[in-house]
Amino acid sequence: MPAPLLVPALLAVAFLVLPLVGLVVRAPWSEIGPQLTRPGVGEALRLSLVSATLATLLSLLLGVPLAWVLARSRVRGRSLLRALVTVPLVLPPVVGGVALFLVLGRQGIVGRWLFEATGFSLPFTTAAVVVAETFVAMPFLVVSVEGALRAADARFEDAAATLGADRWTTFRRVTLPLVAPGVAAGAVLCWARALGEFGATITFAGNFPGTTQTMPLAVYLTLQRDPEAAIVLSLVLLAVSLATLLLLRGRWLVRGAAG
Amino acid sequence: MSLAAHVVARRGALGLDVELAVADGEVLGVLGPNGAGKSTLLRVLAGLLVPDGGRVVVDGDRVWDDVDLHVPAHQRSLGMVFQDHLLFPHLSVAENVAFGLRTRGVRRAEARAAAESWLDRVGLAGLGDSRPGQLSGGQAQRAALARALVGDPRLLLLDEPLSALDARTRLTVRAELHRHLAEYAGSAVLVTHDPVDAMALADRVLVVEDGAVVQAGPPAEVARRPRTDYVARLVGLVLLAGMGDGQQVRLDGGGVVAVAEDVAGPVFVAVRPESVALYLQRPVGSPRNVWPLRLATATPHGSVVRCDLTGEVPLTADVTATSFAELGLAPGAEVWAAVKASELTVYPR
Repeated sequence: MPAPLLVPALLAVAFLVLPLVGLVVRAPWSEIGPQLTRPGVGEALRLSLVSATLATLLSLLLGVPLAWVLARSRVRGRSLLRALVTVPLVLPPVVGGVALFLVLGRQGIVGRWLFEATGFSLPFTTAAVVVAETFVAMPFLVVSVEGALRAADARFEDAAATLGADRWTTFRRVTLPLVAPGVAAGAVLCWARALGEFGATITFAGNFPGTTQTMPLAVYLTLQRDPEAAIVLSLVLLAVSLATLLLLRGRWLVRGAAG
Repeated sequence: MSLAAHVVARRGALGLDVELAVADGEVLGVLGPNGAGKSTLLRVLAGLLVPDGGRVVVDGDRVWDDVDLHVPAHQRSLGMVFQDHLLFPHLSVAENVAFGLRTRGVRRAEARAAAESWLDRVGLAGLGDSRPGQLSGGQAQRAALARALVGDPRLLLLDEPLSALDARTRLTVRAELHRHLAEYAGSAVLVTHDPVDAMALADRVLVVEDGAVVQAGPPAEVARRPRTDYVARLVGLVLLAGMGDGQQVRLDGGGVVAVAEDVAGPVFVAVRPESVALYLQRPVGSPRNVWPLRLATATPHGSVVRCDLTGEVPLTADVTATSFAELGLAPGAEVWAAVKASELTVYPR
């Protein structure tokens, strides 16, 4: 292997792996038990898992149909639409949070109407956490599923049509099963992104323990006053992420990557 | 259950304009080179592609396509067999066959029973629970045929159904397909670029080149009297065009061919390559058709060597490998070609 490629590659590996190693090495292993049982930790973890899962479900519900429209329909301005929906991928999450606030806040364009009609204000609620995470994470799912749809042989859909299946039946019984690995891979990416969401969440949902303080927020705030505790919380997040990856890898990700 | 269609469609550089009619129980073979528009034609008949013009009418009055009407594929009573079977990989073979019945509201148990019975008919009894990936190419194509026929469609469309199969499998599947087509009561359209498939399976053949019909008729007629170079080459003949003048034909490209009967007006002369004899010297005796030609290429073709000849009358000669060796010909060699007038087929253009 040529050195100009090998050396940077090794540096890249070190750069990506060393911080994780540092986290594991510096962890106060003897104090893990007491730290984990501290009030608030379980709450933050549960809130994180629940909101990331809800955000993923919401993304599946809305994002898979959107991916289908982008990949299969002949709508005009499809490439513009694709560019628009992938903006959150490159947008700084804090900006996303501000934007959500301006639209869905009590004084927002939609939020005011919602507040007047129902008396419900979205920001600073658990629902706002889910909305913020969905905003940031759904594009990952859309991009992944659209790629899977484009890679799938559309002639199977022709075959289904000649067998009397309308487009909705074809989607449910042929297209979706064919791209299931891609959908699963996209859902995992989406879930992981939602789990780690910080900027949009703290801007739009705030940081209230028990209702909107997710693990990343808890880690950041704990780091200010109690670094040891922050390391333990980080380890928990790391363990959850790795466990998810390992759990789904054998089942979906490898197959998804292979096609 | 008859089909009458006039299909006008434009796809890139191809302008398709084809009229066809298929009676009940008839199999129409659509023969043509790649890119001639055969698949476009089939996709329009299936409803997968909206034509730019024309009409597709089934059963005399049921309009599928018209100026302002397009019945989508899933509302047409049809079955389609694709070149590479396209069985759904995530369903079992029986579920694949039952698919068309299920989408049309047949109960699960009933659909399953019908699927099993069709699998039995195509010789796949007991394989219903397999996945398509576990079937051989021939088995998969049989299953695809069962899937297309299970709903008893009015129209059966076959898109190169045998061309993905290896030579041996192709023979058996072709024979079985012939049997199923004979039993099928609706109209069938078979698209192929293989003349053997068309000759073996079709009751009538439509030759399509560059989006237009260039010849139509019973397979034997098309094989004996080709009307374009493409068809002639497919059926292994050399086609010469000229003007009849008594017992000879003055070829458009120059040269004169003696024929056995009196002819007049524009005619085709079809030459079978095996009727052309090659000599190093001008042959003695007096065959009336003798030309000094030049060997362009020689390619082994089964037990014979196919010699393409250029010169005043471009011909192809099939000579046995032994005679070819005795002649000692190399490309570029001068050679005398002779063919008896009685061996030629002459018919009006």
